[in-house]
Amino acid sequence: MPWSNGIRHAWLVARKDLLVEFRSRTAILSALAFVILVLLAFNFSRDPTAVPAFVLAPSILWVTLTFASMLALNRAFQLELENQAFDGLLLAPISRGSIYAGKLLANLIFVATIELIGVPLLALFFNVRVWPVVVPLVAIIALATLGFVAVGTLFSAMTVRTRFAELLLPVLLLPFMIPPLMWAAWATGPLLAGRPLSEIAGWLKMLAAYDIVFVVMASLLFPATVNE
Amino acid sequence: MRMLRTGRWITAIALALLAGVYVRALVYTPVERTQGLAQKIFYLHVPAAIWAEAAMVLVGLASIFYLFLKDPRLDRFAAASAEAGTVFAAIVLTTGPIWGKPIWGTWWSWDARLTFTLFLFLLYVGYLLLRGAVADPASRARFAAVVGICGMCLVPFIHFSVYMFRTLHPMPIVLQPGPPKLPGTMLITWLLSLGVFTLLYVGFVVQRYALSYLNEQLEAAGEGL
Repeated sequence: MPWSNGIRHAWLVARKDLLVEFRSRTAILSALAFVILVLLAFNFSRDPTAVPAFVLAPSILWVTLTFASMLALNRAFQLELENQAFDGLLLAPISRGSIYAGKLLANLIFVATIELIGVPLLALFFNVRVWPVVVPLVAIIALATLGFVAVGTLFSAMTVRTRFAELLLPVLLLPFMIPPLMWAAWATGPLLAGRPLSEIAGWLKMLAAYDIVFVVMASLLFPATVNE
Repeated sequence: MRMLRTGRWITAIALALLAGVYVRALVYTPVERTQGLAQKIFYLHVPAAIWAEAAMVLVGLASIFYLFLKDPRLDRFAAASAEAGTVFAAIVLTTGPIWGKPIWGTWWSWDARLTFTLFLFLLYVGYLLLRGAVADPASRARFAAVVGICGMCLVPFIHFSVYMFRTLHPMPIVLQPGPPKLPGTMLITWLLSLGVFTLLYVGFVVQRYALSYLNEQLEAAGEGL
């Protein structure tokens, strides 16, 4: 049963990461504080009489989530640098694919937690009505998040072992992140403005295509980033 | 050393031919009716754009083969192609606004095609920065290959964006479904220019390839840059 074993191993890797995070809670708390600060900073830069909140909301949402998830992605493999934990992980009798899937899962849960708190805060601060469109909004966020976290997990496995890791990851990742974020932002806009769902179906398809291509690519390429 | 000299010769010949193409474009090719002289930049802009995208695809293909064969020549070629691609992307990003100012009335518009060309440029920059940030040659080659393959996968998303978005950018008139819509003389000038740009790409890549080969030998001797 290699397939179910793979899933079990991936879950073990993810659970390990989440447990480390749950015990210390430093990364998630700083990410959340960061989200609130970015939302506050946006509030100062807008003129509430000139631009209605729901026009700005998509860009604010996606810029905030971009930077917050960058913090999360840097953390995933930084964790393993201490005490050469990553060598231990590579020596463990589990496939490279399971390690990648585990890291991806942990990152997705981490970013989803940030989004789960960030989106209601956005709705609160900018008076955006998200409740009537919550299902398609969650779909857009989930599709976009899966795509860029898949690429980000792959890249952070490499950048963490280079000089200036914190700077290199955003520079390398943003060109890959911005296309899905752009589609997501263009889908969020009409959605919040109360336009029919058929208008955003094209963007959702693009996001889904991106997810399929890059999740498959990243799981195939991950072994190349860790094998010596 | 012989390779470096060959590369220099190819580049020099290509540059001379480029001047020739421009003489043809300015003197012997008709002026476009609505855009006037500004249209002449098309013979520079479009071949550069084609090679900027094609260079990324070649980086990706070389990277795939590198991961299977572990041949350092493939890695050297990928690095050389990426540098040449950066130059072509820079040409596209420079000539675009020069054309945009008289035709659109603005240097830059946040149009899908422009934005994505900028991404392509930044993709190259990230790729080259990553190469610079890894000291060990073996991991450098593997890491670069991974980013190169991902970059190649991003190119179709970039390329087809032009058909999917509402855009100010002119639609492709040569590489499009159906026969080219360009008048004969313009098409010939454009094809000549594309040929010259291909030669230019080859010249750049051969030079860079020879340089990184020499640098690797220096590194092996303990005196690398």
